[in-house]
Amino acid sequence: MTDQDDHFDGPRGDRASRKRTGIARRRVIGTPSPATRHLLGDDGAGDRPSAVTKPRELPADLPNPERAKRVERVVALCFTISVLASLAFVASYVIFPIHSIDKVLKSNLGLGLSMTVALLALGVGATIWVRHLMPQVELTEARKPLASPEQDRAAFRETFTEGAEASQFVKRPLVRRTLLAASVALGIAPLVLLRDLGPLPRKQLDYTAWKKGTRLVVFGSNNPITPAEFSTPGGIITVIPEGTAGDLEALAKAAVLIIKFRPEELLPPTVLNWTVDGIVAYSKICTHVGCPAALYEHTTHHILCPCHQSTFDAQRGAKVIFGPAPRALPQLPITIDAAGYLVAQSDFHEPVGPSFWELG
Amino acid sequence: MSWITARRRHPAAGYAVVVLGLVLVGVVYAAIAGYGASAAGLPPGSSAQEVAQGRELFEVSCATCHGLNAEGTARGPSLIGVGAAAVDFQVSTGRMPAKTMGAQVPQKPPTLDAAQTHALATYVASLGGGPPVPAAAQVSPAGANVGLGQQIFVAECAQCHNFSGAGGALTYGKYAPALTSATPTQIYEAMLTGPQSMPVFNDTTIPPSEKRDIIRYITQTRSEPNPGGFSLGRVGPVTEGLVGWLAGIGLLILAAMWITAKQREQ
Repeated sequence: MTDQDDHFDGPRGDRASRKRTGIARRRVIGTPSPATRHLLGDDGAGDRPSAVTKPRELPADLPNPERAKRVERVVALCFTISVLASLAFVASYVIFPIHSIDKVLKSNLGLGLSMTVALLALGVGATIWVRHLMPQVELTEARKPLASPEQDRAAFRETFTEGAEASQFVKRPLVRRTLLAASVALGIAPLVLLRDLGPLPRKQLDYTAWKKGTRLVVFGSNNPITPAEFSTPGGIITVIPEGTAGDLEALAKAAVLIIKFRPEELLPPTVLNWTVDGIVAYSKICTHVGCPAALYEHTTHHILCPCHQSTFDAQRGAKVIFGPAPRALPQLPITIDAAGYLVAQSDFHEPVGPSFWELG
Repeated sequence: MSWITARRRHPAAGYAVVVLGLVLVGVVYAAIAGYGASAAGLPPGSSAQEVAQGRELFEVSCATCHGLNAEGTARGPSLIGVGAAAVDFQVSTGRMPAKTMGAQVPQKPPTLDAAQTHALATYVASLGGGPPVPAAAQVSPAGANVGLGQQIFVAECAQCHNFSGAGGALTYGKYAPALTSATPTQIYEAMLTGPQSMPVFNDTTIPPSEKRDIIRYITQTRSEPNPGGFSLGRVGPVTEGLVGWLAGIGLLILAAMWITAKQREQ
């Protein structure tokens, strides 16, 4: 056992030679204990320590000890930087409070930067260590058959057959069949839980919060609006049903754009009976995948959806003139009430938003 | 009064009475209406002299496309009734006078100074109607409700101008410009007049107080810090993804190559 330390000669270079003469028996922290030495790659023959060094042919020493010394210092420097950066991480956690958004930015910067440096220095150090200090040797390990030895397999077969016989599983059909029935029943039972995936949407996609007589209120200020107020041709504004401000479920379907035209500019298939004095109302929800389609060019009367460039012609019933949207933006029938405010004549006459398969 | 009685049966007397009546009505109307429609949109402190100066500038810089009397031609729209605000916006941002025709007239350093712009706006406003240039107090973001401003900006403006005002593309080469250098007055005028493709948001639809809220949001957003230190144009996932892919993954690939590269023979 005198050569126990010898297999580390190569990788550890000149320091190992000092170890061998002086404190040969002391275990260095982080290295395997002498008792487990055989796990390092002798082919199961624990009593042949020389088998580790011989077939691998690790180089005896690095060819250039001065260079190795330099590399060692660089690696140590990297690890020291990592230590300092980790300390900086703790320090920035303590130093930067997070009471305001500006401070949070500084805190994030400090924490992120120090953690990055700590991990990066560790990784860089390890890579330099591997590339410049460890021996560059290609190792080939023959793959053993994965199957167990024939003897073990025969024993397993025997045990299994014995067990099957002894359990009387084959002999007693009543037990066997009821057990199978119980298994099947238990497997089916949880299927009812699928019901909890949620109620079916039913008709929710077919209607919105708009009803006969619902006032159109401007999003944000929630003020109702008269045709006289919304009188500049080329104007556009987002309106919602009165009383739905803050109700995101309702707004998701009910957001509407009203656009002001000169009355003679509106062309079929715009439904003119559903407009008031050149003011036309379209759903703001794109019929493709439901983005807010509201990039309105008042010179061309195009409504563009920013997500996939579906383009609708607001002058002609918001019909699709470009892009993946399958149908026109639904038009909301509007009129004015006794007080002169714009109101809905009814709900939309077709579902708003993305088309779905029942739509036909 | 005998000369009236003597001539009241004169053949021309009927005509004379009608003419007198018309003149009277006209004078009274002018007195009641005060400043006529043509004067309604005149900027404060403007004078006939300024209108004349504006007309001269107009004939030199604008009449080629907009017509000698601003009646419009095939190259440019009529400017009658657009108002001083539209002229001030277009000229102070350098868009007008335009150099070339295209999908969109780009912003450039203004070619006319403030006094010339004022004169030109005064002249165009004198042609009739249109919103005047808003006063400084009317566009001041001080004390405005930035929360409501953001809500309205996101609902009405962000789809074209981006959530931080960085601008974006429209159809057929048109685009919504960035709002990063627009002054509060220009933002207000743009909402009021709807330049180029932009729709109009008049004062009865989005009242002046809400316009100030929007201006406060736009101007305040400019000075907000950028999380991570870089704005990357503030256009959202496009540049962030580009930097992530090119810089981030590029660095990772280089690191992987360095780790796995075969070491040189020593």
